[in-house]
Amino acid sequence: MDISYPPEAEAFREEVKDFLAEQLPADWPGIGALDEEPAWEFSRKWRELLAERGYLSVTWPREHGGRGLSKLHQVVLMEELAQAGVPFGMPHDTFGVKMLANTLLRWGSEEQKKHFLPRILAGEDVWCQGYSEPDAGSDLASLTTRAELDGDEWVINGQKVWTSGAHHSDWIFVLARTNQEAPKHGGISFLLVPLNQPGVEVRPFRMMSGQLHFNEVFFTDARTRADLVVGGVDNGWTVAQSLLGVERGEEAATNPILFKAELERLIELARMYGKDRDPVIRQRIAWCWAKVETMRNLGYRILTGWLKGAAPGPESSIAKLYWSEYHLQVTDLAMDIMGMHAQVPVGRPPLRTFRADDPGAANSSGSWSTTYLVARSGTIYAGTSQVQRNILAEKVLGLPREPRAAQK
Amino acid sequence: MDFAFDEDQEELRRTVRAFLEATAPEAETRRTMETEAGYDQALWRRMGSELGLQGLAIPEEHGGAGAGPVEVGLVMEEMGRAMLCAPYLASAVQATTALLHSDDEEARTELLPALAAGEQVATLALTEDSARWNREGVTLTARAGADGGWLLDGHKTFVLDGAQADVVLTVARATDGIGIFLVAGDAPGLTRTTLPTLDLTRRQARLEYRDVPARRLRTRGDGWELVEVVLRHSAVALAAEQVGVASRALEMAVEYAKVRHQFGRAIGSFQAVKHLLADSLMEVESARAAAYAALLSAQNGEGDLPMAASLAKSLCSDASVKVTQDNIQVHGGIGFTWEHPAHLYFKRAKTSQLLLGDSAYHRELLAQAIGV
Repeated sequence: MDISYPPEAEAFREEVKDFLAEQLPADWPGIGALDEEPAWEFSRKWRELLAERGYLSVTWPREHGGRGLSKLHQVVLMEELAQAGVPFGMPHDTFGVKMLANTLLRWGSEEQKKHFLPRILAGEDVWCQGYSEPDAGSDLASLTTRAELDGDEWVINGQKVWTSGAHHSDWIFVLARTNQEAPKHGGISFLLVPLNQPGVEVRPFRMMSGQLHFNEVFFTDARTRADLVVGGVDNGWTVAQSLLGVERGEEAATNPILFKAELERLIELARMYGKDRDPVIRQRIAWCWAKVETMRNLGYRILTGWLKGAAPGPESSIAKLYWSEYHLQVTDLAMDIMGMHAQVPVGRPPLRTFRADDPGAANSSGSWSTTYLVARSGTIYAGTSQVQRNILAEKVLGLPREPRAAQK
Repeated sequence: MDFAFDEDQEELRRTVRAFLEATAPEAETRRTMETEAGYDQALWRRMGSELGLQGLAIPEEHGGAGAGPVEVGLVMEEMGRAMLCAPYLASAVQATTALLHSDDEEARTELLPALAAGEQVATLALTEDSARWNREGVTLTARAGADGGWLLDGHKTFVLDGAQADVVLTVARATDGIGIFLVAGDAPGLTRTTLPTLDLTRRQARLEYRDVPARRLRTRGDGWELVEVVLRHSAVALAAEQVGVASRALEMAVEYAKVRHQFGRAIGSFQAVKHLLADSLMEVESARAAAYAALLSAQNGEGDLPMAASLAKSLCSDASVKVTQDNIQVHGGIGFTWEHPAHLYFKRAKTSQLLLGDSAYHRELLAQAIGV
């Protein structure tokens, strides 16, 4: 057993550390210490810098503007950024750099790669993801948004929902039904659709935390070029599935860093409120500590398999279920530590919409109470806890599948 | 980055698993747990002479294999899976760790070869009626006797395999602090009574000391520091055992959920059962990660062992109790019978959760270790 990284990864770590030391002030507390506007300003500049130095495209091949390095290098980069309290790009890069670019690298045509990858890297195109629909959540493959060929264009009709950041995006990658006759999973295509056109309407809506993040996206005879289908017509389900797990190795390494920093902040919160001598609170803090440390060690086990070339499999469900269920508990503990003060939010909410607030953020009721609310979404998005348990029971434990309802 | 056992360690695991499947199936566990000794002495000797399991952590010059806590933990995990009745935790972990970390080469030379070979069994006697795992719990007294020896008076209880052990390492209070004293199992003045235990697969005893002659183990500094080292290594090993107990219980539950039919379907096709078992899987995987990290910490002698040990002890114990309990639930009525092995796993899990300090105790130690 050896949980150290190989020398080439450690050499890269030194490079990243040098870069961070050169770019950030010595007393940099983390982006959380900035107010909202300066934080956005910092993020925009920081993103440009990362793109310029090739840190947004570490694993991309050189011919597409990447550095051609390994997945482990990417993990090391993410670890160091998380430790330093700086973001990996802007929030939309989750969809552009992480999801779509990796999909194009795997499935895209040469023209698609040549056109879109440099634009994603430069931040010229901002992307969002059009998967879920009002009647297709956990059962995504029952989606009904449809696309039909009309000459050299797809004509799209239907509705997407939970579309993160669509109100700031230029493009959306959409799963749409292109074959009504094929079986449920077989008639879906992965389409690239410009948002700025008359047939697309984006309506933001507010989350229970009060933040604007999600949108409904309505397609009414919206159009996109016939060649903007990725991975072949009717092959969209396979294309979308291959994306799952792309981020898991990174998350296995970075989640424990993020949540450890959050827990250290919570311990400080307990001291601030004089609760650190309370035996019940001490028990709950120790329980959380054990969970976060174990998250790290589970991560090493996942990373070990991932680096040995095992395809990302159902163990990603373990990681997702683990952190999201944990986060319900730790945020609840924060509320209990603050007591009556918790229900009077003071101070700004977290800058990032999901998971923990950023390093450096004020230890305020405004920060924690929003995180507490947002944590309730963690067990729903990207596969509910119930879906994850089904996956674990069926794919890992080999239990029989639930009998399916007859298809329409 | 390789958070997995290496090939030699995996080979050891396969060997131990095959050996235990062949020599200690459930029928043997049930036979052995009803015997007076509570373990099979012939099998214990074979484990020592053929496989060298008791001596894994013992250096070669004392008759061992010169491996360490990782290998010992791996064996504990396999013994937990097999529900083996054997004094391994008492002898190969507690007593052996005390000797290895003592400052007493003479005692090592004298005792370790027989322990490694499975010819003798030793144990650690720490807890008393107060059932405390800290220094204040030690009231048994040691006073200097004639010719450099010592005499012990008082009692110990919950002593693992205490009625069978050939050597009892007894923690006692002397005028100059806490010491660990070597007492022969058949020493004059020592009365040993086997306790009726909930878990029949691991024996415990009450020991009464009346002017019992003893020899003091030489330690670096106060003997209590050594006791703490032993407790940490024991907690890590027991956490690994809990992983074995829990993982076998999960297998049993999954196997049964696939074959048991009700309402015309395998019960494992119902989400209520699936989700119970998926949560058990989460517990087993978490426990495994925590236990292996603690084994690594024990192996490397790292400063975070107090933290890792208390973390693993509490997390793995809680996991094992939950998983073995849910195994009973999945089996329904049959799971509650004496004939079914589910209760053996459940009882081992629960008693091990209490042994060496319960989960709340270890979480408090963890809170202290992280500076809260």
